[in-house]
Amino acid sequence: MARAADIGTAEPGQEPGVAPRQTWWRRSQAAVRDLWIGGVLLVIMAGFSIGSPYFLTRANWLNTSSTGTEVLLLAVGETFVICSGGIDLSVGAVLGFSGTAGAWVMATGFAGAHGAAVGAVLVGFLAAIVAGVAFGLLNGVLVAWAGIPPFVVTLGTLGIATGCGYLLNNGQEISAIPGSVATFGNTNLGGWIPVPVLITAVITIWCGLLLAKTRFGAYTLSIGDSRDAVIRAGINDRRYLLRIYLLSGLLAGVAGVLVMARLGAGSPDSGATDNLNAIAAVVIGGASLFGGRGTVIGSVIGTGIIAVLITGLVLINVPPFWQEVTVGVVLIIAVYIDQLRNRKSSRN
Amino acid sequence: MPPRLAVRDLAKHYGGVQALRGVTLHVEGGEVLGIVGDNGAGKSTVAKILSGATFPSAGEVLLDGSEVQFANPAAARDAGVATVYQDLALADQRDVVANFFLGKEILSGNWLGRRLGWLDTRAMAQHTVAELARLHTRIPDVRVCARDLSGGQRQALAIARAAGWTSKVLLLDEPTSALGVEQQQQVLDLIRRVSAEGIAVILISHQMPDVLAVCDRVVVLRLGQVAATLAGDKLTSENLVGYITGAKIGD
Repeated sequence: MARAADIGTAEPGQEPGVAPRQTWWRRSQAAVRDLWIGGVLLVIMAGFSIGSPYFLTRANWLNTSSTGTEVLLLAVGETFVICSGGIDLSVGAVLGFSGTAGAWVMATGFAGAHGAAVGAVLVGFLAAIVAGVAFGLLNGVLVAWAGIPPFVVTLGTLGIATGCGYLLNNGQEISAIPGSVATFGNTNLGGWIPVPVLITAVITIWCGLLLAKTRFGAYTLSIGDSRDAVIRAGINDRRYLLRIYLLSGLLAGVAGVLVMARLGAGSPDSGATDNLNAIAAVVIGGASLFGGRGTVIGSVIGTGIIAVLITGLVLINVPPFWQEVTVGVVLIIAVYIDQLRNRKSSRN
Repeated sequence: MPPRLAVRDLAKHYGGVQALRGVTLHVEGGEVLGIVGDNGAGKSTVAKILSGATFPSAGEVLLDGSEVQFANPAAARDAGVATVYQDLALADQRDVVANFFLGKEILSGNWLGRRLGWLDTRAMAQHTVAELARLHTRIPDVRVCARDLSGGQRQALAIARAAGWTSKVLLLDEPTSALGVEQQQQVLDLIRRVSAEGIAVILISHQMPDVLAVCDRVVVLRLGQVAATLAGDKLTSENLVGYITGAKIGD
């Protein structure tokens, strides 16, 4: 074609296509990056094993795993939110509120309940989960339809959930609930597997598959990556955003149940430190706060690091106040690494 | 037989600003129609109307002879008008397969697929490879993130995806801007192949050489009106520039 020669007038271009070898290299880099954070967890565990004879014991496993359970449930929900380019600051407060709400329902609606009181307990648990879902619904509607930034929405619902939790019993915890709740929360299967840990494991595996293998997971990541691309592909982005925040609220409600069951009481403050820990776990696990990237397995490893730090520092006689300092430092380092990665990839 | 896509007396005003003042044009299946014009001539308004991003103030759009109104981009695409946007609308951190199938994922045929939306990733990858190969696009690995592709490959992915959406009309908004020479050539080859499959292609472009290289017919817009329609030996660089700038007037 004679006219094709005219194309030479355009400006000289960028580099030609990416060679397959480079592609392979990039992929293995990604794999190493994911393994690297798991390696950090192993190094920390090895350090604590050397530093304390109590680290590798059943007691410490039970302690660490139940600490990890409540953080992990929040982190799993938070993984979806962060992958979608949002943030849910309310999860810890929702955990506290939903547990307290469940206990309040049991204490006020079934005041005379005694023995196992299966009916009362089920209603209480359901109430806690409904409370979590309700906050997820509120977050989702405000983010997806009102178009308010997730940071602002969930900062608002953080305050609302905290205040509502205090309002239920003048800021006091509610412990007048059937004893079977605490029994449920503190039963260890075979002496090694607490029931809450088992429940959390099942939910985590389920959600891991949901994010990695289903259309919902694919849209969650794509919304975080380019909401425009998703909208132009004809996908109802708002419906999926709503579902993402609903899932986060639901898991916060479940975490509220499990924490209430472990404590044997509904405590509005029980999730106060879990917010920071859950977000830190997700980010340490390799999710990008800019959205579009993250895995549930990464968040599991991130939660592992935080839970091991929290319980391990106590074992090597570091005052417990240093726990939050340590998690804060780890969070900042992880976000810094995340930003470095993003700058690097945007240069490519 | 009516043309694949036709617009009649299309007008659009934004407040007091008259962006389009009665544009009439058509495109046949297998034809590449260029739409050129200076900034503000109305190119992007035509694109927005055809892609369902905005409504015309007056006039009608006819697809295969029957009037259509696109409520949104998805409706336009479902009716058979697929658009490749200037920014490509790719999810950069997602792989080629995820981008190719965004919004039309293949689900497993079993219970998992129906109930949970379980993706059949193998089938999606195979389809993507086959579609890209059919259009001779050079993407070495469909598991690579979109951002790790070259500019030409990204463009090719976006065009191949849109071509996979439709068998009727493919609308390309400035597809070759910001591309290198070799990549421009690849994209033009791809446009020819899409057109050879019987799809009507509308190419909106600033790049005169590209328009000349690939278009069968070119509509020149000036001040919201059709200044000229050029084809055959009238389709020259001088004529295009003349009508775009207003140095030449009338058909």
